[in-house]
Amino acid sequence: MSESAGLTSSEYIHHHLTNLQVGQGFWTFNLDTLITSALLGFLILGLFAFVARKATSGVPGKLQSAIEIIFEMVQGQVKDVFHGDPGMVAPLALTIFVWVFILNAVDLLPVDLVPHVLGMAGVGHWRAVPTADPNLTFAMSLTVFILIYAYTFKAKGVGGFLKEALTAPFGAKMAPFNLIFRLIEDLAKPISLALRLFGNMYAGEMVFILIALLPPYLQWLLGAPWAIFHILIITLQAFIFMILTIIYLSMANESH
Amino acid sequence: MNINATLLGQAITFAILIWVTMKFIWPPITVALEERAKKIADGLAAAERAKSDLANAETKSQEALKEAKAKAAEIISMSEKRRNEIIEEAKNEARLEADRVLAQAKAEVAQEINKAKEVLRAQVADLAMAGAEKILRREINPSAHAELLTSIRAEL
Repeated sequence: MSESAGLTSSEYIHHHLTNLQVGQGFWTFNLDTLITSALLGFLILGLFAFVARKATSGVPGKLQSAIEIIFEMVQGQVKDVFHGDPGMVAPLALTIFVWVFILNAVDLLPVDLVPHVLGMAGVGHWRAVPTADPNLTFAMSLTVFILIYAYTFKAKGVGGFLKEALTAPFGAKMAPFNLIFRLIEDLAKPISLALRLFGNMYAGEMVFILIALLPPYLQWLLGAPWAIFHILIITLQAFIFMILTIIYLSMANESH
Repeated sequence: MNINATLLGQAITFAILIWVTMKFIWPPITVALEERAKKIADGLAAAERAKSDLANAETKSQEALKEAKAKAAEIISMSEKRRNEIIEEAKNEARLEADRVLAQAKAEVAQEINKAKEVLRAQVADLAMAGAEKILRREINPSAHAELLTSIRAEL
């Protein structure tokens, strides 16, 4: 907390949880989230695309092998869960896993590193972890939500969807209840997706900030175990977001 | 938790990233992996084929070896037979040659004997004539007794 030597603990925490924003009211943009996520997203997927373009069917290099491992993991999950033509589901799942993972991984950088470096360049606030911003997680989950409906209509048609919404699970006589149940079920999907990722990453970030408030000679005692544990969490959260997306789209593609 | 327009920006970024993955990442890797799977399958099939080929070649070589052994044995037995034949032939020839030489020698000997007999006969006749001449020098007129002398000579 070198750069905030004059701050109290609560001021330090607040400083770390304030976004770099431009705009007014709803039309506010969190520049830190937008820039970090786009930068890292294009960097990692650019690397993937670069390797994919040169991908050889002969003996692969180390980088290609590493990317193939991730690729085959995603492909295997999609094959196991999603029945029928995967279409865009598999690339979507790969995008989600890779992007969420790399954004989560920013959490492993020291909490003061990025804000401090940018602070020296005159940037007042900077939240480094984009997945700890609900705007990003909701943007992803709502995109998935739209895709769920696109797949539902494509597979069942509007009529089939309405019939399913009104008659499942209690039969036609209980149509209003069925509709309410369906509404809750469908709304719960994007909200749970977004809040799960956001909550985990926000909490993880918060714990790192709190650890940073300890005296420097004690920080490693909690910081190291939490960071190691966090490696598991960031991978797991990326995986969960991916697998739930596949499952939701698979449910949309099949009748109940 | 303040939701604002960042959400829209993020959704656009997300959409672009999905498009990038669909367009530039997923297809080439899929192609490469499928090609590799095919290559491996081909390689395994080729190995299997090579294995059966090897087995075939082994049985074939075994057969060829057996055949060659049989042929060699046949050749050896034939050559033995031929050798015996040749020896037999040589023996026969030698025997015939020996007989021929013997017969020739015998004939020559008989001829010589005859020749010697002739010579002896002539000499005996001459000797007898000489002896008789000496004895009968005065009494025998060669011209008067020529007929008698000739008949004696012929008898000898």
